[in-house]
Amino acid sequence: MTEASTIAVSAETGAAPGGDVQQDKPRSLASDAWRQLKKNPIFWVSVILIALFVLMAVVPQLFTSTDPNEAILQQARERPSLDGPWFGRDIQGYDIYARTIHGARASILVGVFATLSTLIIGTALGIIAGFYGGWIDAIVSRLTDIFFAIPLLLGGILFMSVMPNDQNTPYLVVVGKVVVVLAIFGWPGIARLMRSSVLQVKPNDYVQAARALGASPWRIIRSHVLPNAMAPVIVVSTINLGVYIAVEATLSFLGIGLTPPAVSWGVAISDALVGIRTTPHMLLFPSLFLSLAVLAFIMLGDAIRDAFDPKSR
Amino acid sequence: MYKYVIRRLLQMIPVLIGATFIIFYMVFSMPGDPTAGMCGDRGCSPAFVAQFREEHNLDDPFPLQYAKYLGNVVQGDLGTNFRNQSVGFELEQRYPITAKLALMAIAFEAVIGIIAGVLAGVRKGKFIDNLVLVSTLVVISIPVFVIGSVLQYYLGVKMGGQIFPVTYDSARPLQSLILPAFVLGSASIAYVARLTRTNLVENLRADYLRTAIAKGLTRSRAIGVHALRNSLIPVVTFIGADFGGLLGGAIVTERIFNIPGVGGFLFTGIRNHDGVSVVGTVTVLVLVFLLVNLLVDLLYGVLDPRISHD
Repeated sequence: MTEASTIAVSAETGAAPGGDVQQDKPRSLASDAWRQLKKNPIFWVSVILIALFVLMAVVPQLFTSTDPNEAILQQARERPSLDGPWFGRDIQGYDIYARTIHGARASILVGVFATLSTLIIGTALGIIAGFYGGWIDAIVSRLTDIFFAIPLLLGGILFMSVMPNDQNTPYLVVVGKVVVVLAIFGWPGIARLMRSSVLQVKPNDYVQAARALGASPWRIIRSHVLPNAMAPVIVVSTINLGVYIAVEATLSFLGIGLTPPAVSWGVAISDALVGIRTTPHMLLFPSLFLSLAVLAFIMLGDAIRDAFDPKSR
Repeated sequence: MYKYVIRRLLQMIPVLIGATFIIFYMVFSMPGDPTAGMCGDRGCSPAFVAQFREEHNLDDPFPLQYAKYLGNVVQGDLGTNFRNQSVGFELEQRYPITAKLALMAIAFEAVIGIIAGVLAGVRKGKFIDNLVLVSTLVVISIPVFVIGSVLQYYLGVKMGGQIFPVTYDSARPLQSLILPAFVLGSASIAYVARLTRTNLVENLRADYLRTAIAKGLTRSRAIGVHALRNSLIPVVTFIGADFGGLLGGAIVTERIFNIPGVGGFLFTGIRNHDGVSVVGTVTVLVLVFLLVNLLVDLLYGVLDPRISHD
């Protein structure tokens, strides 16, 4: 959303006749933030990391030609080496490098789709509560409180026990369940944030002016309230994406998220924890990738926040 | 103030009912038969199963079951679970342990987090600031169960368990909770440090602080009393909202360190389809969470006298 609107804004100014108009025209908040963002090295580091992980998730074959499900038992627990499998082999004799590359898909899928669904549900309810107020606000706010009072991890464990998986459950179904549970218990935070953000935007003159000119509520929300209230929600969602990846791994650790034969970082980490003393390399590589992915999204969120918040400069 | 507290307490009632309803519904729709595996290899006799289902209202339609349960809870009776243990009694044994764990985690958050945040905020852009920013990021990005298992091995197993017991030791309860509490609070310590830093940096540039220094206050008094106090409101809010997360995270931490708290009780309850245990535990948990957040809102007034609850 942020980048899309930024691009839209820069395209507009670029298309304006006369070339130098860009200098004179007052910059919008989004284009100002984008200029700030471009100068921030942390932004670029996180963007490159995220691009790498997304590429890994979409086409793992680019990074490895080894089959992640090919087990060579004689070489089980082999140490990392430069001429053998780079990251060594795990207890089943799987190539850890191949497993780690292929494991990116589950985490990225869960992170992206959980974030999108919490963003959609939370933003919609937050806007409705903040914009309309009154009894609608009271009902939506209590509903938010109810879901907010159930901790994410607890709700996750319960939900996954209600709909258990077994070895034959298709991969995408399990990923879908994790996304659904993160969406159910993750939206209240976004909704609260959006509501308070809308409450701040609503009394502004431009909203009153639009209303005086006879704009419909939908139009006011779409073209005035939403763009101006979106920034904090975008920041928090970016950071949450990292958090959701970690929650997926935690559910797998408890044995109720993804289960073998699915290849995922969470499964690999929880398998490796048993051998923390004898085979630390089995733990190191999947944990490292997981942490880098979480880190990348948190850094991106921080960079966007700094760009949007003039006070922090 | 009293009006405000009473209004907030009344608002809690629908939230509590709603949350228990969701949990009850999820537990109710769990697949599997609670009597399976109860009577060993031969299976339970039909008479026992009938009596069991009768006792636990399992044959009633869902809304009636929920109403009966709620009726008992209002009278202070959390019921007996499927293993014939009184849930109230179990929770009485286990809640103090988890409460200690969570309170110690909050103490770590408040002390380490705020000190690190202040050190970083006061020396913005210097070495210590960067150190705090980088190390907090690293801690946040590692999942808590990895931190837990790694610290358990390096600080517990490798050091012989003298200083930090590897698993819960009922002979020295507080000592064996130090490491788990640190693990449980680790990510939140990092968040608190970052939040304190951000707010302090913002307030250090405020006009009122310049006035405070201009009228001759020492730097430590200006920062400690004026800037820090104003910076703590978002931090306190975070700690309050995080309390629920701590209780959820306790499920993982208690599993790693084998602590006999509510987390483990809850997890076995879920695994055994023991609805009464699960709903009872969660009801108390949600209640505690709501009360803590009410407390946080009342604390605002102490931190910033301009906020009043009249």
